[in-house]
Amino acid sequence: MFHSLGKYILLLRLSFRKPEKFSVYWAEVMREMVSVGVGSLGIISIISVFIGAATTIQIAFQLSSPLVPRSIAGSIGRDTTILEFSPTISSLVLAGRVGSSMASQIGTMRVTEQIDALEIMGVNAPGYLISPKVIAGVTMFPILVIVSIALGIGGGWLACVLSGDVSPADYLAGVHGGFEGLTIRVALVKAIVFGFLITSICSYQGFYTEGGALEVGQSATKGVVFSCVMVLFADLVITRVML
Amino acid sequence: MIEIKDIYKTFGENAVLKGISAKFKPGKNNLIIGGSGSGKTTLLKCIVGLHEPTKGDVIFDGQNFTAMDFEQKVPIRTHIGMLFQNSALFDSMTVEENIMFPLNLFTNQTHAEKLDRANFCLERVNLKGKNKLYPSELSGGMKKRVGIARAISMQPKYLFVDEPNSGLDPKTSILIDELINELTEEYQITTVIVTHDMNSVMGIGDHIIFLHQGKKWWEGTKNEIAHTDNKELNDFVFASKFMRAAKARL
Repeated sequence: MFHSLGKYILLLRLSFRKPEKFSVYWAEVMREMVSVGVGSLGIISIISVFIGAATTIQIAFQLSSPLVPRSIAGSIGRDTTILEFSPTISSLVLAGRVGSSMASQIGTMRVTEQIDALEIMGVNAPGYLISPKVIAGVTMFPILVIVSIALGIGGGWLACVLSGDVSPADYLAGVHGGFEGLTIRVALVKAIVFGFLITSICSYQGFYTEGGALEVGQSATKGVVFSCVMVLFADLVITRVML
Repeated sequence: MIEIKDIYKTFGENAVLKGISAKFKPGKNNLIIGGSGSGKTTLLKCIVGLHEPTKGDVIFDGQNFTAMDFEQKVPIRTHIGMLFQNSALFDSMTVEENIMFPLNLFTNQTHAEKLDRANFCLERVNLKGKNKLYPSELSGGMKKRVGIARAISMQPKYLFVDEPNSGLDPKTSILIDELINELTEEYQITTVIVTHDMNSVMGIGDHIIFLHQGKKWWEGTKNEIAHTDNKELNDFVFASKFMRAAKARL
């Protein structure tokens, strides 16, 4: 385990060495940002709306006492979405979509000698392959999380309109009432940390792939599993430290 | 000139290279031949720096390549072109982008100049007009030729070729050999080719190094190979009936 951790840290150090040519790396960063950001927008939108809707209905069901104001469904739904569902659930889904794709892409490049070809040319392969992915992760994950928060709260409102369990006016009153900016800061910190963990761990798994197609698949699986575990661990640490 | 001095390479307990020394002839085709598992590809990877030798030195024009760090190696690497066994073209890039890739990173040429160079290299390997194809749209022989075009795009002093004939039909194999030979002569490149294809050996082998059990077993030219009394080399070269018949006719 310590051997792997050491290799991971050394790989990250190599990844952030001075680029051979900034413009080539910048083009790669842009390409990765489109792939991570725009490419994930669909899946993030779908899960955010559905989770937001389901959460609101469940909160309304659990807090059905006449002593509890109906608007509470809005405020609890909002905070749960901002603090947990949007950053963490979205990141777990992104680990599957983005992380596995990164690990298998780099792994395939390794087993087909494309990484060797980069090194022969004098290119810093970790820098060229990994740093654009990590930069794309830490910049696009927060944007996706913001989109997810908006759609999650929107999904909650839609559930109110369609189910009638809570009136949309009560829900919106709950969403507006007692809002704390800290929750957004926590969500953004989580998104940046999760973006870094998922992209770097999956890239690491791909970079050290040995063998053939079977091992590429195993690297992708390992990348997703390890990054999910690390996301959940980091989630706990950040929540404890910041709240 | 490329010189290797006493190269050893072990993987765990397995000693693959056991003290190989050689000088590769400048401007010529230098072939490293040997049976499967003899250490040919490992030696090639040690020379180009993909593997670090356990012991020994690789010298490029008097500079100890093995003693250099990554940054120090870059100026030498820009003089190296390599054709990989499976071509190793970048899947996500077109043929043209593959060839222009090293130019983008290591030159300050304008886009038009880089495009001119890419077109020249493609024309040189008889693939004019294939610029916009992706590697998945190419045949094995075309991939090899694009690999060669990419390898020569930076006008290298040294060309390393790993199994240029693997997976190719005999006719395409000969075309690839001829192309490598032409480029070596035309640009006076020092070419190092790892192969076990006897057509290549007899066709373009200016200088041949035979590896056996991780050691340099024999060194000579294609003319000398037919008359050697080295048992292991004879067993390797004349393993087929066709080659034995060819030897009998000599």
